[in-house]
Amino acid sequence: MEMRVSDLSLARGGMPVLTGVSFRVSSGAALILRGPNGAGKTTLLRTLAGLQAPLTGEIIGTEDQIAYAGHADGLKAMLSVTENLIFWAEVFGHSDISRALQAYALEPLADRLAGTLSAGQKRRLGLARLLVTGRPIWVLDEPTVSLDTDAVMQFADAVRAHLAGGGIALIATHIDLGIKADVLDITPFRATSTTRAGASDEAFL
Amino acid sequence: MKALLQRDLRLALRAGGGFGLALAFFLIVVVLVPFSVGPETDLLSTIAPGVLWLGALLACLLSLDRLLALDFEDGTLDLLVTAPLPLEAALSVKALAHWVTTGLPLVLAAPVLGLMLNVPGGGYFWLVISLALGTPALSVIGTFGAALTVGIKRGGLLLSLLVLPLYVPTLIFGAEAARRGAAGLEASTPLLLLAGITLACVACMPFASAAVLRMGLK
Amino acid sequence: MSIWSYANPVKFLALSARVQPVLWGAAGGCVCLGLIWGFFGTPDDARQGSTVKIIYLHVPAALMAINAWFMMLVASLIWLIRRHHVSALAAKAAAPVGVVMTVIALVTGAIWGQPMWGTWWAWDPRLTSFLILFLFYLGYIALWEAVEDPDTAADLTSVLCLVGSVFAILSRYAVNFWNQGLHQGTSVPVATGGRTVADVFWYPLLISMVGFGLLFIAMVFYRTGTEISLRRAAALRARSDGKA
Repeated sequence: MEMRVSDLSLARGGMPVLTGVSFRVSSGAALILRGPNGAGKTTLLRTLAGLQAPLTGEIIGTEDQIAYAGHADGLKAMLSVTENLIFWAEVFGHSDISRALQAYALEPLADRLAGTLSAGQKRRLGLARLLVTGRPIWVLDEPTVSLDTDAVMQFADAVRAHLAGGGIALIATHIDLGIKADVLDITPFRATSTTRAGASDEAFL
Repeated sequence: MKALLQRDLRLALRAGGGFGLALAFFLIVVVLVPFSVGPETDLLSTIAPGVLWLGALLACLLSLDRLLALDFEDGTLDLLVTAPLPLEAALSVKALAHWVTTGLPLVLAAPVLGLMLNVPGGGYFWLVISLALGTPALSVIGTFGAALTVGIKRGGLLLSLLVLPLYVPTLIFGAEAARRGAAGLEASTPLLLLAGITLACVACMPFASAAVLRMGLK
Repeated sequence: MSIWSYANPVKFLALSARVQPVLWGAAGGCVCLGLIWGFFGTPDDARQGSTVKIIYLHVPAALMAINAWFMMLVASLIWLIRRHHVSALAAKAAAPVGVVMTVIALVTGAIWGQPMWGTWWAWDPRLTSFLILFLFYLGYIALWEAVEDPDTAADLTSVLCLVGSVFAILSRYAVNFWNQGLHQGTSVPVATGGRTVADVFWYPLLISMVGFGLLFIAMVFYRTGTEISLRRAAALRARSDGKA
C-alpha cells in the first residue's frame, strides 16, 4: 500500500496557501510535516482527509483509508470513556476497544465520563480513537498538544506499532517523537502572490 | 448507523435537554394560550388543533440548533465525514433521533394537552395522527436548516428564520387535517397531502442536508 | 463569443458599463410613461373607480418580485454547476431588489384592498403567498450576511434558493388549499391565456411592466458591479497582506 500526492495546490479562505506539494509515503513509513504557523499544515491535512477539495493535483490511495485526528477530539462529555470509544469503533465497523484502552493506559478511567477528564486525558482518549478505526493511514494534526512526557511516549509507541503493522502516519508536529520518519518541510511550497492555481480570489484580480 | 442513533438518544437522555425541554416548552405554550385569548371554552376548543400544531412546531424548532452545532464544536462532524458511514445516512439518523426525542413525546403529549383545551371528542384521533405524520417532516427539514447554519456563530436565530418558511406547507396541511377532524369534517385529503410531504422530505432532504453540510465544513 | 465569457468579472464590468446607461434610460422612460399614462391617461373603472390605477404599480412589482426569485434560482444553478463567481454575485445582488419589489406589491395591494375589500389585509392565498415569498427573501439575504467565507456563502445560499423554490411552490398550493380568497384573477395574460383587462388599461400596464423589468435588470447590473468591486478589493487586500 502506498499513498501518493502529486502537484497539490490548496486554498484557505479563497487564497492559495500551498502549491506544488508532492510526496509519497509507503506502507510502514511515517512523514512528519513541519512549517511555521499559517504555512498550511492543517489545510493540507484536512485536504488529505477529504474534508476539503484541493485546487489542483491528485491524491491517490487514500479513499476510505484515513483516520483523521484534528484539533478537536470529537468526544462527548456526557458519555463515558468506554462509550465514546465503542461508538467510534461501531461507526467504523469494529467492536473491540481493549487494545485502544491499553495503549493509552485508559483502563482506570474507563467508566469516567469524558467531561470529567483533564485536557491531557481527553487527548489520550482522542488518540485512542485512532486505534479503534482500523484505518491504515493516520492523519494527525498536532497530536501531542497537552500531553505529558509519558503520554507522548505512549503515543510514539502506538505510532510505531501502527507502522510495524504496515500502517502509514502523517503527523504535523513540532516535537521530536523519536520515531524514524521522513520530515517534509512545507515552507518551500508556500504560494506566492503570483501563484495562479484557481483559488477563488484570482477571478477578481 | 445504530451506534449513532443509540449515542444520540443516550446523549439526549443524559444531557436532559432532549426529551424534557421540548415537552416542557410545548406544555408552557399551551398553558399560556388561555391566558392570552381568554378562558372561553368554545373559543379554546375551536383554536385548539391549531394551537397544538403551532406549539409542536415551535417545540421542534427549539432543539434544532443543538442538533448539529454541538457535534460541530467538539469535532465529531469532521470525524463523521471521514467515517465509512455516508453523510446522508448519518443525517437521516440524526433527524430520526431528533424526532424520537422531540416529535414523538409531543405526539404522545398532545391528547393530554388537547384535553385542557377542550378538543371535541372525535378530534383526538385526527390530532394525534396528523402530528404523528407531520412531525417527522419537521425534524428532517430542521436538519437541513441546522446543516445550513452549522458553521455560523450565533446561528440559532438565523436557523429559525430559514426553517420557519420551509415549515409552512407541513403546518398548513397538518393543522388543516387536525382542524377538520375536530370539526367533524372529512379530513383525509389534507392528511394524505401531509403524508406525501413527509415522505418526500424524508426521501429527499437528507441529500440536500448532506450537500450543505459538506459545503459548510470545508 | 460565448455568453460564458461574461462570467469573467472584468469582461462583465466592461459590458455592464456599456449597457447600463441605455438600461437606466429605457427603464426610466418606460416606468414614467407607463405610470403617467396609467394614472392620467386612462378612464376610471366602472366598479373600482380611480383606485384601480394602483394596478400600474402593483402588478409590475408583483411580477418582478417573482421573476427576481426566478432569476436568483437560475443564477444559483449556474453557480452550482459552472462555478462562475459573477453568477453567484448576481443572485446576491438581485435579492434586495426582489425584497423591495415584494414590499411594493404587498403595500400597494393593501392600499388597493382597503377600499375594495374593506380591509387592509386579508389572509387571501395570493397575499399570503407573497408574504411567504418575502420571508424566503429575508432568510436568503440573512444567510448571505451570516456566512463569512464568500464562496461558502454562495454555495449555501444557492442550495437554499433551490430548496426554497420547491417549498415556495408547495406553499403556494398549500395556501390555495387552505383558503379560497378574495383576490381577483390575474391581470397578466400569459398566466391565463385570455386577457382580462381592456386595451385602454392594458397598454400602459404593459409599458409599466416592461419598465419595471428593465429597472430590475439595470439595478442587478449595478449591484452586481458593486459586489464584484468589493470582492476585488478584498482579494487585493488579502494578496498584499500575504506578501507582507
